Amino acid sequence: MLPNLNNLPVYDTTGVDERIARFCSRSIKSSSKKEGLKLAISMIDLTTLEGKDTRGKVQQLCYKAMHPHDLLRDIPKVAAICVYPSFVSIAKKALEGSGIHVASVATAFPSGQSALEVKLLDTKSAADQGADEIDMVISRGEFLAGNYQYVFDEIATIKEACGKAHLKVILETGELDTLDNVRKASEIAMYAGADFIKTSTGKVQPAATLQVTYVMLDAIKDFFIKTGKMIGMKPAGGISTSKIALQYLVMLNEVLGEKWMNKNFFRFGASSLLNDILMQLVKAETGMYQSSNYFSKD
Amino acid sequence: MKKNENKDMFKAAWNYAAAPESTDHINLQKQYDLYIDGKFIKPVKGKYFDTINPSNDKKIASVAEATAEDVDLAVKAARKAFKGWANLSGKDRGKYIFRIARLIQERAREFAVIESLDGGKPIRESRDIDIPLAANHFFYYAGWADKLEYAFPNRKPKPLGVVGQIIPWNFPLLMAAWKLAPALATGNTIVLKPAESTPLTALKLAEIINDCGLPKGVVNIVTGAGETGANIVNHPDINKIAFTGSTGVGKYIAKAIAGTDKKVTLELGGKGANIIFEDAAIDQAVEGIVNAIFFNQGHVCCAGSRLFVQESVAGLVIQKLKARMETLIVGDPLDKNTDIGAINSKKQLQTIQNYIKIGLSEGGEIYQPECSLPKEGNWCAPTLFLNVSQSHKIVQEEIFGPVLTVQTFRTINEVIEKANNTPYGLSAGVWTQNGAKIFHLTQRLEAGVIWANTFNKFDATSPFGGYKESGFGREGGLQGLKPYVKFE
Repeated sequence: MLPNLNNLPVYDTTGVDERIARFCSRSIKSSSKKEGLKLAISMIDLTTLEGKDTRGKVQQLCYKAMHPHDLLRDIPKVAAICVYPSFVSIAKKALEGSGIHVASVATAFPSGQSALEVKLLDTKSAADQGADEIDMVISRGEFLAGNYQYVFDEIATIKEACGKAHLKVILETGELDTLDNVRKASEIAMYAGADFIKTSTGKVQPAATLQVTYVMLDAIKDFFIKTGKMIGMKPAGGISTSKIALQYLVMLNEVLGEKWMNKNFFRFGASSLLNDILMQLVKAETGMYQSSNYFSKD
Repeated sequence: MKKNENKDMFKAAWNYAAAPESTDHINLQKQYDLYIDGKFIKPVKGKYFDTINPSNDKKIASVAEATAEDVDLAVKAARKAFKGWANLSGKDRGKYIFRIARLIQERAREFAVIESLDGGKPIRESRDIDIPLAANHFFYYAGWADKLEYAFPNRKPKPLGVVGQIIPWNFPLLMAAWKLAPALATGNTIVLKPAESTPLTALKLAEIINDCGLPKGVVNIVTGAGETGANIVNHPDINKIAFTGSTGVGKYIAKAIAGTDKKVTLELGGKGANIIFEDAAIDQAVEGIVNAIFFNQGHVCCAGSRLFVQESVAGLVIQKLKARMETLIVGDPLDKNTDIGAINSKKQLQTIQNYIKIGLSEGGEIYQPECSLPKEGNWCAPTLFLNVSQSHKIVQEEIFGPVLTVQTFRTINEVIEKANNTPYGLSAGVWTQNGAKIFHLTQRLEAGVIWANTFNKFDATSPFGGYKESGFGREGGLQGLKPYVKFE
């Protein structure tokens, strides 16, 4: 049932900015840096979502997912590959036996401007091909028009269509404008059955920010206190450096704590982040930064 | 709500490796003398005292103890320098003050480390707040030096003469800046005494003042304890006393100068009310509570040490506050990840511990997070007292430590009455997303500084000072010039 949205916590942007600044001023060095960077790799949804994607591109990315950098020992695999529905079966086959999940965007990604039947078909097709996770987008137009019940029902219907697949609900926070809206959309998504809430498609600027992620983590925390159910979080888009990834992890650590500090409850939607982390890890091993040409670009 | 039910649930997993700021770049002597008449000179009686690192009880340096003879030398030097300094053009005085500001900026890192070593405050605060604000204060008043005629149109402001300034241990360099900058800009000469537990950054500032060629005798820095301060207050050739510190000492000063023609400004204690309404942004308010009381280990005269939460959200706020306190890192002041450092001195630690005992014996419900405290040095875990009332001693008296009392209220009139029901009146905080409510409260709260949806924010351009027993006179801003001038 649609929760009461009139009594939600509100957010003061200046206050949120200050809190974020405190997270960013944490100094993460030596062993905790290595630990954090490896954890970040294991949380990556390695993503390619382009009109020009091909079978070959997806297969190459899958190999990278399984072998991020074989020269370094103890590098974890990424959590998942994230692709368009047309590549689910290809990715599934390429990743067979690796334990890496296949996530598929669906529901007329990225705009979500289609009839519900089309979105359902889109979702079912991805799920039938074996997608382990579905990344849906909410109808931002309906949300901004105040049709919260519509948004809620749509998510609940898609959740049903997912079957066994986990559902990540993309709020597209860059189009919601205020932190209070982000909180409201998070609330709708969690009560409608989301397993994860996700910031962005990556196609709208701004994509993920620490500010909106903070508000979503706060919503997840309150939801847990109320219902006892743990919801996952996925910031996506614009997280391209190790430094930023560590800032997200510091925030996760200090807001939700250890139970959320794993790939079951936190993901990074990213593509170039992986190589930047690998570069930092090699630097930690050898004391030197290597040229980016030493890291495979798939 | 079950006690601490989410304490384990949201426990942080990732303990950050130590990230200490290095100390190899600082330059400290083993022994410090008095800075009088542009020279570092030994005290007449030859006595020295130790300044201790409060985070490990180790001695950092010996510092001269100024007696009446030394204070007299300092006042004489200041008197001799007065005419020249007062007659210098405002533009030229400004040049010297700008030079001090720039040198503080250049040596900011060294100052930050020494401030944390000597006073126990976390490097994050000394680096990001104390030292930049101190430089800002000099920059700001340097700008006023040649514009005094515009600050006081048609009133011909003149300096007072020799000013005695006595500063506290909670913001050692920043308080020196608050005192020195406006006094210099207006053409006064100065005898300044830093607190006995934190004299080092003032002595480093003396080096800077010396380096920038300020005419000798304009600033004199004498170190010592209460007796040295009394010698300044009672010196017959001092024209004005500016003091920041406890209300007890403030009252002594007011008595001591009664019947003399000395002017005085006092910035004293406080017991600030921090008021959370049900329509506040609760999460940011919780952060504001933390900043209000745990900033600088609660050694802040304008700390928000009395929390008032509207009853409808009290459970939620307290639950969130407890969870937030679990994530505060208490420990080595020089570690960049430390949120709460060491208590400034053994004496202050005893005072705080004594108040905690009183709170318990009065029946308050105590809450402290599970943080491990270092074995050596002076430490106090962040502390809440729940179920207390206006009648409790810990609600009435200034504790000057990381101890917060929590009360609830029902209506806006009730909270205004309770907030004002104190002999103090330095600061207050209001948390609501309703703008009209903010103005309603700010007009009725008896406090010199009122923050809305934030707390403990300082700026050189903004006047700061107290109502009632929190003192009189303002520091900062245009208003901060006035206590250092007279009009013909």
